[in-house]
Amino acid sequence: MPWLDLLLGFTLCVTAGLALIARDMFRAVIMFIVFGLLMAVAWVRLQAPDIALAEAAIGAGLTGVLLLDTLGYLRRPFGSRVDNPDDQT
Amino acid sequence: MSGAISGYMVFAWSGVLLFGLGLFGFIAHRHLLRRLLAFNIMGSGAFLVLVGLAQDGRGVDPVPHAMVITGIVVAVASTALALVVFRRWYRASGRTDLPEDT
Amino acid sequence: MSLRTVFAGLLCLGVIIALGWAVLERPMPEENLPERVAEAMPESGVEHPITAVLLNFRSYDTLLEIAVLLLAVVVALALREAQPDRPEQMGLDNPLLRAVMAWLLPLILVVAGFLLWAGSYQPGGAFQAGAVLAAAGVLLRLAGVTTAWLDNATLMRAGLALGLLTFLGIGLLVMLPGVPFLTYPAEHAGALILLIELTLTLSIGLTLISLFRLTPPYADDPDDARRQETPKP
Repeated sequence: MPWLDLLLGFTLCVTAGLALIARDMFRAVIMFIVFGLLMAVAWVRLQAPDIALAEAAIGAGLTGVLLLDTLGYLRRPFGSRVDNPDDQT
Repeated sequence: MSGAISGYMVFAWSGVLLFGLGLFGFIAHRHLLRRLLAFNIMGSGAFLVLVGLAQDGRGVDPVPHAMVITGIVVAVASTALALVVFRRWYRASGRTDLPEDT
Repeated sequence: MSLRTVFAGLLCLGVIIALGWAVLERPMPEENLPERVAEAMPESGVEHPITAVLLNFRSYDTLLEIAVLLLAVVVALALREAQPDRPEQMGLDNPLLRAVMAWLLPLILVVAGFLLWAGSYQPGGAFQAGAVLAAAGVLLRLAGVTTAWLDNATLMRAGLALGLLTFLGIGLLVMLPGVPFLTYPAEHAGALILLIELTLTLSIGLTLISLFRLTPPYADDPDDARRQETPKP
């Protein structure tokens, strides 16, 4: 039996589950980044180094930055601005 | 399926589970950012099934590899676009979910 | 909420069972793709099978993919904020990050170049190099570094479209002797693929950077923005 692969597959499912059920949004995003890094390891195990490179750069790096940036945006104090004419010039 | 399963099949089965998990999160959550995470997990599951199944019994297959690389780049572009739309929506309405979901 | 969760759980369980059944019952495909790729490798112009598949055997997929990326940027451009783009407000205001970027940026650019070049004979290629380029752009953005050429709209749009236009142009040019679309002549295939990959790297990197830059800015409250603007000039 491929024990390492089994362990990796199990960890993948656990991190994905944690990313989905985490109560705190920040924790969910961090778990998602961990999931992306584990996916990169899984691609190495599947003998696909090209996909591992792309996944490590994109899946974990870029997507993580984009999500964290959006989280920072959501945490800003939010005023009333819905129909401000300045907004849509 | 005879006796011991190969390492490739382990990942194909993980992909099936991940797809199901992602689908569950996609339906159960209302927060749009959580839905985006769930959607990305669904996509990763589909990629694992694609590569794992193709390689079982055949060895390394470059064709699904190339398709998955294309898929990952399209997935990040669509995620980024979804975030742009989400931030516009949040800015315009002040909410993180869609009104028809409640 | 709970009814929704139960319904979602049942549905996802059903999907998992259906998928599992499909995995167990799948027929063995008749085509042996790895063998077909190995047979066709000498005509592809590159030595790495995945690059050969991406840019020669199945270049249609890649062409459509870069078109999808361009479409995503066009939609994001259409949704962009009317507010002027102020990179200093996107930055993290961290002097250490700026200092590290000065060291890191050349290294990142060299890595991107290496990945692009390596793609013809070992793992690497346009997509990975483009992603690394995009990471450099995002880091610059987070450090709050102003880059005049990135704010030049005409230059930016030309860069975004360059990959798709070159790909389409080469695909159409090779039709002149009467061969189908995107069928490169074997003797020039290597050079053509490298040219396409070069422009693809640039366009993919710029696409991801501009998707990041087009997100609405932090100072999203117009009153807040005005308050921050007034003391400056």
